[in-house]
Amino acid sequence: MARYAMVIDTRRCVGCMDCVVACKTENQVPEGFNRDWIAYDARGTFPEIQLEIRSERCNHCDNPPCVDCCPCGASHVHERGGVVLVHHDKCSGCKACIAACPYDARFINPEGYADKCTFCIHRVEQGLKPACVSVCPTHCMYFGDLEDPNSEVNRLLQSRKNHALLPEAGTRPHVFYLT
Amino acid sequence: MHELTITRHNHLIDPSLHIWGWEIPVYLFLGGLVAGMMIISGYFLFRGRHKEVDSCSMTLPFLSLVLLSVGMFALFLDLEYKVHVWRMYATFQIKSPMSWGSWILIFVYPALFLNMLVRQPKWIRTRVPLFEKWSISLHQHPVGIKTVGVFNMVLGAMLGIYTGVLLSSFGARPLWNSSILGFLFLVSGLSAAAAFIHMIARDRWERELLAKADNGFLTIELFIIGMFLIGLATSTSVHQEAAFMLVTGTFAPVFWVFVIGMGIVIPLFLQSLAVSHRIKHSAIPPLLVIAGGLVLRFVIVAAGQASHW
Repeated sequence: MARYAMVIDTRRCVGCMDCVVACKTENQVPEGFNRDWIAYDARGTFPEIQLEIRSERCNHCDNPPCVDCCPCGASHVHERGGVVLVHHDKCSGCKACIAACPYDARFINPEGYADKCTFCIHRVEQGLKPACVSVCPTHCMYFGDLEDPNSEVNRLLQSRKNHALLPEAGTRPHVFYLT
Repeated sequence: MHELTITRHNHLIDPSLHIWGWEIPVYLFLGGLVAGMMIISGYFLFRGRHKEVDSCSMTLPFLSLVLLSVGMFALFLDLEYKVHVWRMYATFQIKSPMSWGSWILIFVYPALFLNMLVRQPKWIRTRVPLFEKWSISLHQHPVGIKTVGVFNMVLGAMLGIYTGVLLSSFGARPLWNSSILGFLFLVSGLSAAAAFIHMIARDRWERELLAKADNGFLTIELFIIGMFLIGLATSTSVHQEAAFMLVTGTFAPVFWVFVIGMGIVIPLFLQSLAVSHRIKHSAIPPLLVIAGGLVLRFVIVAAGQASHW
């Protein structure tokens, strides 16, 4: 059983937002909304300051609180790759999933349903990479199957220092950042 | 220094979460109020108070049905995809408190309806003869009336606790992430219900009883709020920050003045004087309690959305 994950090399990411534009174009994300975005994370005291630039999105968690709280069964884990998705035709727009997500990765589409990153599952099922990964000009984004020991994502996670976002929230996210 | 800048500007999400406006606090308040009214009216049925001429058993179930429907309408207004409201009843999601709540509400309506049949308001009795027929059948089974009372108490407790559990299940919002919230909202609902009945009751015994009971509920509520804040303040740093938002932060003035001061301490003081016959009963303490209960929901919902990991 595949378990998809995304690995992003923060040493290569320059925050160009190509991933954001690609996502909006590929998924026809409505104006004023984003399924992915850039975070500039600055830490330290001058002159010892570190800046991490990250492309962020839904973390497609192994323990997704957005799925558990959904009263309609609209939020679900896709049978392929453990990707967290929303059945638009089942969603009542109660916004419980938005409150449940510690990453604030979801939003209400102007049509009324909860919307979020899908890991471009429609492309992945055709053997393509997610739109954001395929356009990255610095090649800092990687997508693959964590269950495959020979996958590029597995190799990177084993060879490079990495972290996920808010591991303390207990959601077991599947987007990892190489540092 | 730790500074995080993001390029996302999603509506209702950024710069801070504000997905739930006035509708959810109003729904939670009315749900809690009705839960309290169900427990009290269920208790009155169980004790046979419906046989008393002036008992509020005649008015409470119908008022509960109206108030609950207003609350449900507020909840409906909050839905972003209103035509899909029925989707909540097309499934039961065992891990979702909202799903539990939706189904509890389905059972609350018939329980309140049966409660209303025991002692209907005159205008309903004269307009719907069928209800009168059902009421006569119900009165032939005194155990059945007691059972209706017990059902109302149990469902009322479930409804009251659910209004708090709904929020406490959101681990992503540190302020809400406390299991004590369910009991806080239940006791607050009982307190608001006791205050409400205290205002409308015509029977002197019931009025006195509920004023005394309300003093008890308010005292317990103060204790639970204290435990709630201590629980957060002794937890992780994000939970501590959430507690300080209420204690000394943005929401502190509203919390201390309207929830604790005017909503609990002042009415508790005035009602204590009234039940010891030092001053006359008046509508001011119950009104303060009801307003305090409503503001409590507004503060908790707003502060919870502002708290994050």
